[in-house]
Amino acid sequence: MSDNGGASAGPGMTTTPDKTAEKTVTLTIDGTVVTVPEGTLVIRAAEQIGTQIPRFCDHPLLAPVGACRQCLVDIPDAGNGRGFPKPQASCTIPVAEGMIVETSNTTAAKAQTGIMEFLLVNHPLDCPVCDKGGECPLQNQAMSHGQGETRFEGVKRTFEKPISLSANVLLDRERCIVCQRCTRFAAEIPGDPGIALIERGARQQIGIAEGRDFSSYFSGNVIQICPVGALTSASYRFRSRPFDLVSTPGIAEHDACGAAIRIDHRRGKVMRRLAGNDPEVNQEWITDKDRFAFRYAQAFDRLRYPQVRDEDGSLRPASWIEAFELAARGLAAAGGVGVLPGGRVTLEDAQAYAGFARDTLGGADVDFRARPLSAEETRFLATHVRGASPVTYADLDAASEVVLLGLEPEDEAGTIFLRLRAVRDGKRIRTVASLLSAGSHKLGAELVRCAPGGEADVIGGLDPGAGAILLVGERLATSPGALDAVAALAASSGARIGWVPRRAGDRGAVEAGAFPLDAHTRDADQIVEATLSGDITALVVGGVDPDDTADPAAFLAALDAAGFVVSLELRESAVTQRADVVLPVAAVTEKAGTFVTWEGRHRSFPKTFDLPATYSDAEILGHIAKRFRGVDTAALLPRDASSTSASGRVRTPSVAGTFRLSTWKLMIDNGSLQAGDKSYLATARPAVALMSRDNLLKYGTTVTLTGDRGAITVPAQEADVAEDVVWFPSNSIGRGILADLASPGSMVEVSHA
Amino acid sequence: MGTIKENLWDPVAGFAVTFTTQFKKPVTEQYPFEKAPTAPRFHGRHQLNRHPDGLEKCIGCELCAWACPADAIYVEGAENTDEERYSPGERYGRVYQINYLRCILCGLCIEACPTRALTMTNEYELADTSRESLIYEKSDLLAPLSEGMEHPPHPMRLGDDEQSYYAPEGIIR
Repeated sequence: MSDNGGASAGPGMTTTPDKTAEKTVTLTIDGTVVTVPEGTLVIRAAEQIGTQIPRFCDHPLLAPVGACRQCLVDIPDAGNGRGFPKPQASCTIPVAEGMIVETSNTTAAKAQTGIMEFLLVNHPLDCPVCDKGGECPLQNQAMSHGQGETRFEGVKRTFEKPISLSANVLLDRERCIVCQRCTRFAAEIPGDPGIALIERGARQQIGIAEGRDFSSYFSGNVIQICPVGALTSASYRFRSRPFDLVSTPGIAEHDACGAAIRIDHRRGKVMRRLAGNDPEVNQEWITDKDRFAFRYAQAFDRLRYPQVRDEDGSLRPASWIEAFELAARGLAAAGGVGVLPGGRVTLEDAQAYAGFARDTLGGADVDFRARPLSAEETRFLATHVRGASPVTYADLDAASEVVLLGLEPEDEAGTIFLRLRAVRDGKRIRTVASLLSAGSHKLGAELVRCAPGGEADVIGGLDPGAGAILLVGERLATSPGALDAVAALAASSGARIGWVPRRAGDRGAVEAGAFPLDAHTRDADQIVEATLSGDITALVVGGVDPDDTADPAAFLAALDAAGFVVSLELRESAVTQRADVVLPVAAVTEKAGTFVTWEGRHRSFPKTFDLPATYSDAEILGHIAKRFRGVDTAALLPRDASSTSASGRVRTPSVAGTFRLSTWKLMIDNGSLQAGDKSYLATARPAVALMSRDNLLKYGTTVTLTGDRGAITVPAQEADVAEDVVWFPSNSIGRGILADLASPGSMVEVSHA
Repeated sequence: MGTIKENLWDPVAGFAVTFTTQFKKPVTEQYPFEKAPTAPRFHGRHQLNRHPDGLEKCIGCELCAWACPADAIYVEGAENTDEERYSPGERYGRVYQINYLRCILCGLCIEACPTRALTMTNEYELADTSRESLIYEKSDLLAPLSEGMEHPPHPMRLGDDEQSYYAPEGIIR
């Protein structure tokens, strides 16, 4: 912890207590003497000696509440020579010096059995149809601590079942034991308190608070922490039983946070994904995107075999050998090649793309960025990101101040959002943005208001302390001068920089050097321009969605203009439709690899499915390289990259609008890796334009936004934004605003629809 | 060169068995032509039973598959909807397969079944000529529709909810 110096020893806020100064307490549990830090709960101290006290409501990452009473223990001596007259809930009692705890003597055992009997009075005997059956803490603890026979002869309370808490999360109220893990999670961890206890007495139940909804990007976690089968997942409901499933550890591929996940699969199909437990990264929580968005790999339009362009212009199936051979020949014959790996690659794949471009193709241009970018960003990545000393999650915990620049953690980096939220007290969090988003509000962030494009000036005016961390989102590349301003600010203030891209492969690709490392090579935009001008005649395209790029129309035109296109894709796309050789690649579950998180942490994952004739990008490029019979490098070098470097960068908007377009991608949107799960997509936040109150009164609640690439008619809502700013999510309707409206930060016109 | 007994008596003595057997009732079973009834609780081929209105008793809980020592049973559950209902309650077995190449007819599965959907018949003629045909699908295992039954999917006919199927009025409720 390099920041534990004077800077972060702020107002009484130490998240990682100093081990040496820690006070310890010695107590006796079941006759065993144990020494634990002061303040430890009895239930945790018992875990230290391997004693598992039964429990339901207790969760190490949630505040203790003592709701279920299952963890009752006998405390004949509370450390002061006097005992508690009645059994006590061990999940709420802190240890005391000299305390004596009995977890399984007659008193404790009778209390635990009695509570279990109470909990089971109204619990239905539907374990055979319950998704939790087989992995249920209630089932297990009823076996270990229950009495086997019921004395209850009445009629069990029933409810209509199931009810939806959200499109993802279903609630069977009769199974609920009201432990409140879910409501506590929702309120404490993501700060989305849509669910609460409603009614009283025997009718007490979990429900949606009046006038609210349970729209949370982290709602899936309540399903996982529910100790009974009350909360179930709409997409996993009845699909399999725990004993069918084979579990493989994995790393979430949807953002750059590197959350540990558990992939449960059955007969070659992923059934569900659960949060893994990694205290250093995602703790025990993952986003709904990481949990539910996995069906894309089983989509109907998944490419299963190589295809090549026939003489008549149509794609026909081909053998792998033929496809490799044709790809190698086509690339060798090309005058110049551009390689666009996309941002979803593993580190190994990124290295293969970079190596393929530099070594096999003799110095071809390569750039992983499939999004708006700038030459300024290229410099920034090379000097401040590649090989930089890591800023870690632990550093975020310890930092006295965090500044979010072009980054909405709730939408773009869910794990960072939860980690920051957990330690937000006593920390100064500021966000430089056009509006204070719901996520930033939940972080307790101060808004440093900034119109899109004006970030450079605002950043220059910030005054972070030496222990501050500047979290820089990839979107800052679209704001001229902003990244240089960040670098200057870090240099002058001593603050550290953490670059947070959206895609899982971006940081790995930076480390692998899959972007222009010197001034003579082209970046992605220049590759597109050079293809259109004929300097590049062949393209190797990985997982790139043209609609994500700075200019989708130009990208598609470049694909058409290129004489030869090799596409390495998962599913049919605009690129595969235009490609001459289509090579299906392995999804993340079908290959082993490494994602590099925004911190620079290497997160390796094993192969989940071992399928024949399924190759990762790296293996495919290796096969092509083996067949590559040299290329006339004289045709490639020297070339004049400067001729394209300055042109077309900042596109002058052709629409003389009066509103600046502010935008980012919502977590749940039309991204191609999110397709296929209806109930998950139903939890997406609505695509609504946000504008100031005056503008809303002027233009109404349905507005037409007109940019230089098209017009969209969308609902509008009031938000606290500047008069000349309109916000709209990047990829929530149609092909996304880059294709359908305008580029971020440009001017758009708003009119009454 | 044996004794007189060995030479004369012994060759004839065996015919005495043949001769007496001629007057006894034969024990031979003419198996393929005449079938002998099995013991009443013989473990034969499985059957998936129905409720009196034809809805399936199977709830797709997979406890049979869990109990099976030979891993011969494969089940996939699915959710009933009001439009398409195969069993009372929320869940039904969408896929149900028993692989008789593996099944040892031990009967642990029918003991595990919580709804008595799975029982065993006395049918023992399970030989066949291909491996595929020995994997019995749900359609092969379902009991035939008898009087008053209706082919699912159809709504619950015996009451408003599944309680009317499992605990009819006046019995347990």
